Amino acid sequence: MAVGKRKIECPLYAEGTAVSEEDIKTRKVTHYEDHPDIRYSWTAGQAISRFLNGLKEGKILGVKCDGCKRIMVPPRMFCELCYKPIDGWVELKDTGTILTYSISYIDPDARPLPKPIVVALIQIDGASQNMAIMHLIGEIEPEKVYVGMRVKAVWKPENEREGSVTDIKYWKPLEG
Amino acid sequence: MVAIVGVGFCGFNSTTPDLSWKEIVYEAAIKAYSDAGINPRRDVDSFVTCEEDFWEGVAISDEFVPDQLGAVVKPTCTVCSDFLYGLATAYMQIKSGLAEIVVLEAHSKASDLKTLGNAIRHAMDPIWLRPISRAHPYYLAALEMQIYMCERGLCEEDVARVVVKNKNNALLNPSAPYAANVKLEDVMRSPKVFDPLKKMEIAQTSDGAVILVVASDEVARKLTDTPIWIKGIGWWTETNSYDTASFSALYAYKAAKMAYKMAGIANPVKEVDFAEVDDRFAFKELQHIEALQFANKFEVARLLRDGYFDRDGVIPVNVSGGSLGVGNLLECTGGQKTLEVILQLRGEAGKRQIDAEVGVAQVWRYLPTFSGAVAVLGV
Repeated sequence: MAVGKRKIECPLYAEGTAVSEEDIKTRKVTHYEDHPDIRYSWTAGQAISRFLNGLKEGKILGVKCDGCKRIMVPPRMFCELCYKPIDGWVELKDTGTILTYSISYIDPDARPLPKPIVVALIQIDGASQNMAIMHLIGEIEPEKVYVGMRVKAVWKPENEREGSVTDIKYWKPLEG
Repeated sequence: MVAIVGVGFCGFNSTTPDLSWKEIVYEAAIKAYSDAGINPRRDVDSFVTCEEDFWEGVAISDEFVPDQLGAVVKPTCTVCSDFLYGLATAYMQIKSGLAEIVVLEAHSKASDLKTLGNAIRHAMDPIWLRPISRAHPYYLAALEMQIYMCERGLCEEDVARVVVKNKNNALLNPSAPYAANVKLEDVMRSPKVFDPLKKMEIAQTSDGAVILVVASDEVARKLTDTPIWIKGIGWWTETNSYDTASFSALYAYKAAKMAYKMAGIANPVKEVDFAEVDDRFAFKELQHIEALQFANKFEVARLLRDGYFDRDGVIPVNVSGGSLGVGNLLECTGGQKTLEVILQLRGEAGKRQIDAEVGVAQVWRYLPTFSGAVAVLGV
């Protein structure tokens, strides 16, 4: 008999029997726990170093390629499409347009976040198509964010900037 | 046959604070493409890269590969192993007819990794090996060295001579950051940090990248007058753990058998001119010379002492300076060994040039493994 024709009483999902914290504590589940300490310090290199130093000065820097005519951000020393060295540096505006966004309510441990986090891909003004940077949206009710919304960077005070993508605190709606 | 038609490298340096790993790879790749006379955006059918996430510090690290290789929107795959395993993959892709030109890449940015010991430790069985000792896992090499020395009747000097030979060979290699004019007494004075293993017998890490352009027979003959042929290639794994290993580099012996068979080599001593072997711990070179059948297992140390494996010896081993001179390049270690064999066979090895027509590159998958690969290259 086709399943669809039967009256199915069980729920659409089955919970099964979860392993409880007690089971683990009492070693009912045999295991060995280890917390590896593996640390890195990634060299930023030529292109990203200049980009990060630019952020410290409150500037978003990009590079241009005379082959494909793209303005690229984040910058790189070579154009990956034309496969040749880049042709120069340009300073971009700290304004842009939201390409896509999402409102997150849950942290990586599946716990509710105290406040929803809005992450967006922001197409930077002056950069070529598909040259967006990922960042946070603030100073707006999450539900009011939309694709195509114009935004502007909110920078940390100069003395707090350290040459990191977080030197921009978040992006806020551009009025007008 | 399948041939190597282009080679490029960047490095090798103990640290590279001015360049990101991507910029290192770009520099090496540009050189390889210019050497082969190809445009990666137009001419390459497939890209093979070799990397291990824990060395890189990012998961799914192969996703970061295409840009700097010119491989954007192209077939790309990663072999999570040493460069020589990647060479086998490139070889198979060409032999199967899937590709005519394959680019092979491996790099090391070991200087970005702050806790090498803990990364190696992370490769040990988490339940019955990791909890035993908090010592730096170099002790695993010392365990193997101890039993190998006992079984072969080796004295400390026998192992120390490997360091003397390789670090001095490296003096002729401008890309060998650990080259040094050391004498036997210098090595003998080096502290036994993991008894019986001495500090100077451990290769320190270095940064760099090696890129090859590999091509089918027909394409290779069109591209170059000096193709380097891949005559044989082999790889082998013995066991996953220290409690079940043979401690005689069986992996290298079996991988060599496979490669020699393919190359039609019956007597390696007569048919191989020189070799670059894995010497990331000095005693490993002795093991690997034995496994490659360049000497009887009880004769290796005596022959080394007599200069048989010197740069002007019967079978020069690690003319480049080996990993003791060039540094431990992680998954690019086999890359450096292959690079040296290619440069020697092409006559482009500069001051350290030897006269050779057939060379062997051999690599071990490093601690804590019993795996390795061997390639036989020839003109």
